[in-house]
Amino acid sequence: MSEDQIKSLEKEFEARIARDEKIEPKDWMPEKYRETHIRQMSQHAHSEIVGMLPEGNWITRAPSLRRKVALLAKVQDEAGHGLYLYSATETLGASREELYDQLHTGKAKYSSIFNYPTLTWADMGAIGWLVDGAAIINQVPLCNTSYGPYARAMIRVCKEESFHQRQGFEIMLKLANGTEEQKEMAQDALNRWWWPSLMMLGPTDDKSVHTAQSMKWKLKRKTNDELRQQFIDQTVPQADLIGLTIPDPALKWNEERGSYDFGEIDWDEFWQVVKGHGPMNKERMKARVGAWERGEWVRDAAMAYAEKAQNRKEKQAV
Amino acid sequence: MMSVKNWPLWEIFVRSKNGLEHRHCGSLHAADADMALENARDVYTRRNEGVSIWVVESKHITASNPENNGELFEPAQDKVYRHPTFYDLPDEVKHM
Ligand SMILES: [Fe+2]
Ligand SMILES: [Fe+2]
Repeated sequence: MSEDQIKSLEKEFEARIARDEKIEPKDWMPEKYRETHIRQMSQHAHSEIVGMLPEGNWITRAPSLRRKVALLAKVQDEAGHGLYLYSATETLGASREELYDQLHTGKAKYSSIFNYPTLTWADMGAIGWLVDGAAIINQVPLCNTSYGPYARAMIRVCKEESFHQRQGFEIMLKLANGTEEQKEMAQDALNRWWWPSLMMLGPTDDKSVHTAQSMKWKLKRKTNDELRQQFIDQTVPQADLIGLTIPDPALKWNEERGSYDFGEIDWDEFWQVVKGHGPMNKERMKARVGAWERGEWVRDAAMAYAEKAQNRKEKQAV
Repeated sequence: MMSVKNWPLWEIFVRSKNGLEHRHCGSLHAADADMALENARDVYTRRNEGVSIWVVESKHITASNPENNGELFEPAQDKVYRHPTFYDLPDEVKHM
């Protein structure tokens, strides 16, 4: 294809997206669009998969059967989210093996929030409330993104997320209304998860490289700073309601803006964790890669069994 | 470590209730059709989304190429006479 032809295809492609048309797997697309989507969607999938680890840590120690079935269902949902997203990514021609390989070799990133440890039961509350809360804010606009398979996966994911957040908030509510120790535990979890949750919405707009292009392709509909403000504005009243204190002395309602002003985020910490120096980066990768390797003989055995059954069927047919 | 042979990809179709058609809802990997059905149950119907599942190995699906959409679909575009609104009838005609 000549450069002029590609230019005109690209123009038509951008116009289709501007008209709110969806792009489907076999449609022509610019190479950059394909690459960007493979990267973003697979990172998203990896985050769902690694995201199971911090919570999986508490399933056996849930304080009641009610909490246990809920947490188990939530973690299973996250596995499902990972699978919807991997399957959507594969429609762009990336194979599952290659995507796993990128995760396992550390070539691909996942959300850095999962590199923090889950120290007490209250962390299950804080994660559902704050981490899933921030994830919902990130994900809802993606239900309208331009790539059809991604948008469809996100609709499914968003439908399931609201239970996650509600079960987390219910845990916090219960603890906040409990004994002095329980309340302290809830406050401590909020203290530890608040700032990483704000970071989860991404670098500030002036530091964010992909925003303009992503806006055009509807991979993003609001900037990181707008999403962060939305998250803060909706979460602060929820904390007030259960009598917990957001760990930010600079937090203050701004009448004029109709929003909360908030304190400085420690971006050094964020970049340290992104670069692999968070408290749990090594541990998470070890758990994930270990699970994959220990499962190898099972995958091989299932394949051998399937082949044997197939052969038997073919022989009988003769 | 990569397995010697990877599990193939399957396309999953779910009927949400009797009376409705099966609808494509995504794909997954499984060693064989039985496992694809079981995995589809866990991945795509955790909240009563289905009463019936079809699985088809992805390699068996032949898809039309959007580049041929002109030849394939344009011929239908100028056949307005296939639609009821093409026919001029007096307003007095009822139930038609
Ligand atoms: Fe999720
Ligand atoms: Fe979730």
